[in-house]
Amino acid sequence: MPQSKYAIEAKGLRKSYGKNEVLKGISLKVERGTMLALLGPNGAGKTTTVRILSTLLGFDKGSVTVENYDVVKDADSVRGVIGLTGQSAAVDELLTGRENLEMMGRLYHLTKASAKERAQELLEDFDLVDAANRPAKTYSGGMRRRLDLAVSLIATPPVIFLDEPTTGLDPRSRIAMWTIIENLKKNGTTILLTTQYLEEADQLADRIVVIDGGKVIAEGTAKDLKSKVGKDRLELTFEGAKDYKKALEVVDGKTLDQSSEDLAITMTINDINKDVSKVLADLASAKIRVSSMAVHKPTLDDVFLSLTGKVKKKEEQ
Amino acid sequence: MAELKFVNRPKPLLAVTDSLLMIKRSSTHITRKMDELLGTFFQPIMFLVLFAAVFGGAIGGTLPHGVSYLNFLMAGIIVQTVAFGSTTTALAVAGDLQQGIIDRFRSLPMSNLAVLNGHVISDVFRNAISTIVMIITGFVIGFRTDASFLDWLAIAGLLLLFTIAFSWVAAIMGVLAKSIEGVQWLTFIIIFPLTFASSAFVPAESMVDGLRTFAENQPITHFVEAVRALMIGAPIGNHGWIAVAWGIGTLVVAMPIAAWLFKRKTTQ
Repeated sequence: MPQSKYAIEAKGLRKSYGKNEVLKGISLKVERGTMLALLGPNGAGKTTTVRILSTLLGFDKGSVTVENYDVVKDADSVRGVIGLTGQSAAVDELLTGRENLEMMGRLYHLTKASAKERAQELLEDFDLVDAANRPAKTYSGGMRRRLDLAVSLIATPPVIFLDEPTTGLDPRSRIAMWTIIENLKKNGTTILLTTQYLEEADQLADRIVVIDGGKVIAEGTAKDLKSKVGKDRLELTFEGAKDYKKALEVVDGKTLDQSSEDLAITMTINDINKDVSKVLADLASAKIRVSSMAVHKPTLDDVFLSLTGKVKKKEEQ
Repeated sequence: MAELKFVNRPKPLLAVTDSLLMIKRSSTHITRKMDELLGTFFQPIMFLVLFAAVFGGAIGGTLPHGVSYLNFLMAGIIVQTVAFGSTTTALAVAGDLQQGIIDRFRSLPMSNLAVLNGHVISDVFRNAISTIVMIITGFVIGFRTDASFLDWLAIAGLLLLFTIAFSWVAAIMGVLAKSIEGVQWLTFIIIFPLTFASSAFVPAESMVDGLRTFAENQPITHFVEAVRALMIGAPIGNHGWIAVAWGIGTLVVAMPIAAWLFKRKTTQ
């Protein structure tokens, strides 16, 4: 069989639960050694897709290969080359971190010595040495996720699925997780990550596939998508009505939105480094007092508004 | 990074390794759950002492051949404890299914059945401990037996068969139940009538007609009667063979059903 340059290939995936069609023809490809982010809101079909790609779930139509193995005909071979980190940390609560790692390693059919050695290595890499001999139920959320990810890396599979690896984590744990994922990528692992956060997809992934309602609605690099979504916005609030009115004159028609009640002005900015300081300088030289300012990045909401706006409206009618 | 070494064995042997790992896992669970430890050690003692004290006076005198109630009860209470103990298998299976861990296992190149094997076999260990505790307690409070070493081997064999067969039935209940409470309810309505409408605690002859017919012919009675006969040196009659037939029959039916249901439940 010729070795495809894609580690993961899904074509026309369809899956229904009764009359409820959750996947309506999803196709995606992940080049070997790259990271793809599957971005979408709750209920978009992200987890269903990952479960199908990782052999956990059957499907009605379409085809999937992982490292050239068919997930249906050759599920065991697929399981030998993948690691999965699901939404709910899939570790054994009553076993210690080390016991979890060693057991899973041996279930990947590593030798006893190899599983032991690798477990120690991962405990060190994931900053879990101190907690290694405590049952996993005593771990914090962040530690549990790290253990969960470590477990899926025990046999260093070439393909890793990460289903919302940072949902529910505090910011510090999230950044720690991102560092780990980035290191995985550096080692040449092919990664498929699902997330609800645009920022996360942007930070980590080479390519992004946006899905909603069981369909792919956009794909490309983070840059491609952002250009579709729109620009950064600057939101200014003023101390008094006088300042607000004067400010309107200063920015002169460049506002996106204005509210005399809230004394607030919103405007789009093209370049965060130049435009913000220019606006502030203009306001300062006119002796206008700003009470607060904020820069808003395009959010996932914005992505969906611009990408799925029409679809949503149709559903509402 | 260290170089990884994989075990190179034919698939059936790997499946055995998988099951052994899962047995180790489930057995470790028992030692880490306080309530299960208490259930394993103290519940059998409590049941034995309570039943012997409460029913002993009322039933003791009515037993044939001057058998003491404690000697009569021993076989029944062991079978009852094992039957109720199988709830643990059901709970463990249901617990696994409700947590993400089942997805982890299923995403590994391991044998699917190993998870169920692990729970069933660790249940055998736990039941063995409970049974030994109960027999020792029995001796302390006055249980006497003339059973030979071979008799004891036969008793152990019968109880082993009963435990495994019952645990596989419990595994089915664990897969079918929608919640942990559901498991408790399901096992309760099946195990409670089966153990009490049997000759475990009182002779079946003392029951009203319809109930008596049921009690005399249901599998738990055959197991209890066979174990009891071996313990007190009474004739075993057909009970031994019928019990073995029930045990093997249950296994042959329950194992594939449990495996099939488990697989179906985890691939949806």
